[in-house]
Amino acid sequence: MAVLTAKELAVGYENQSVLENINFEINAGDYFCIVGENGSGKTTLMKTILGLQAPMSGSISFGDGLENNEIGYLPQQSVVQRDFPASVYEIVLSGCQNSLGKGFFYSAEHKKLAMANIKRLGIEKLKNRCYRELSGGQQQRVLLARALCATKNALLLDEPVAGLDPQVTTEMYELIKQLNDDGLTIIMISHDIQNVKAYANKIYDVNTKEVRNVR
Amino acid sequence: MLDKLIMYMGFPFVRYALIVGVLIALCSSLLGVTLVLKRYSYIGDGLSHVAFGALSIATVLNLTNKMIIVLPLTIIFAILLLRKGQNTKIKGDAAIAMLSVGALAFGYMLMNLFPSSSNVAGDVCTTLFGSTSILTLTQLDVWICGILSVVVIAIFILFYNKIFAVTFDENFANAVGTNVNLYNLLIATVIAIIIVLAMNLVGSLLISALVIFPALSAMSVFKSFKKVTIFSAVSSMICALFGILISILVGTPVGSTIVTVDVLLFGVCYLIGRIRG
Repeated sequence: MAVLTAKELAVGYENQSVLENINFEINAGDYFCIVGENGSGKTTLMKTILGLQAPMSGSISFGDGLENNEIGYLPQQSVVQRDFPASVYEIVLSGCQNSLGKGFFYSAEHKKLAMANIKRLGIEKLKNRCYRELSGGQQQRVLLARALCATKNALLLDEPVAGLDPQVTTEMYELIKQLNDDGLTIIMISHDIQNVKAYANKIYDVNTKEVRNVR
Repeated sequence: MLDKLIMYMGFPFVRYALIVGVLIALCSSLLGVTLVLKRYSYIGDGLSHVAFGALSIATVLNLTNKMIIVLPLTIIFAILLLRKGQNTKIKGDAAIAMLSVGALAFGYMLMNLFPSSSNVAGDVCTTLFGSTSILTLTQLDVWICGILSVVVIAIFILFYNKIFAVTFDENFANAVGTNVNLYNLLIATVIAIIIVLAMNLVGSLLISALVIFPALSAMSVFKSFKKVTIFSAVSSMICALFGILISILVGTPVGSTIVTVDVLLFGVCYLIGRIRG
């Protein structure tokens, strides 16, 4: 059964649709890539998947135990974050905010989860370091650990290798593949088609509006 | 020197001033980090001018408790400004500039048209730069300040984790289902309360300094959000305490003395941050 289904979906903003006739299904355990050039509507589609904006028409539905606020999201970095005084641990822990619910403070379990994800991504040594002092690749790992705190089963990655050098890019792809092998559903927005082909099992092209099975 | 200080401490109004001053300094420093990082510093500045306009209305109406008008008006404008920042027909910063000078002109005009005392220039100067007003607080003022401060501190502690989440990454918070608009609204409301509170202490032109300097000092030395928050709160209280004491002993204006101490501390912190690299 599909965890995420888009049916005759049209996305856009201010009553202007930028992308129409979107149809796809994402199954549990998929490595699903959404590719297209800049300005092709990828970001708008992503925001719609995350529920940050409503679909113009058609539907997007979740199933198989996935709720729309249970997708771990790896956004592109914003200007604010570049000089943000926060430790790695504080940032990863903030990934637990959706399970905080109406509570005010993080429980021992939240803290355990944060530590587990810090270990999982191999950034234990950076735990008390300041986020703004880390390299681009390290920062991505921190944000990925935070995304893992927010989800049990699906990650949505927005251009996860943007601005990284080739070596770190490969490491990042391997890391994401590892997470996929561990059973996480991966949804990735990218324009790095070459690399994506090697890793994804399904590629959705926003220009042709077709899903290609790669593996 | 010490004798003089002990003598002054004998007066209840001096004790009130110290208590209220330190409480206000604590509150104003708490949201400073959020304001600076969210690029909201200028909103604080705009709001303080709105508060000035509101205060002149209250003065003209000759209200005994001016908070009744100043607080709600400032909160309303805080919310409007935040909304404006989101959907930008008139650019956010331009809207704030318009509002801020508009309120300033309007307030000054009102005070001249309906003078409540013979010394209009003195009144205006007092509201803009603060003054001895911190030493003329009544017991009721102290209570109101005390209660509002406790409210601000309680809100900050309870929502600390959410405020951090919303400040660090609005998009992520939104995506995982945190009600970002609600927390932005909360932040705006608290800012408005802080500004109205701080107006008693340093006057409306100097409020931003009280909000921003402790945060910037802390940010240049410390590296985690928690440490930055704690240091800016503590340092802000100490600066206010020193500022008030100095102003009593030397006879300088309260508001500008506190801000000067804050600026000096920032200088020291900045240097330390630089040296450590």
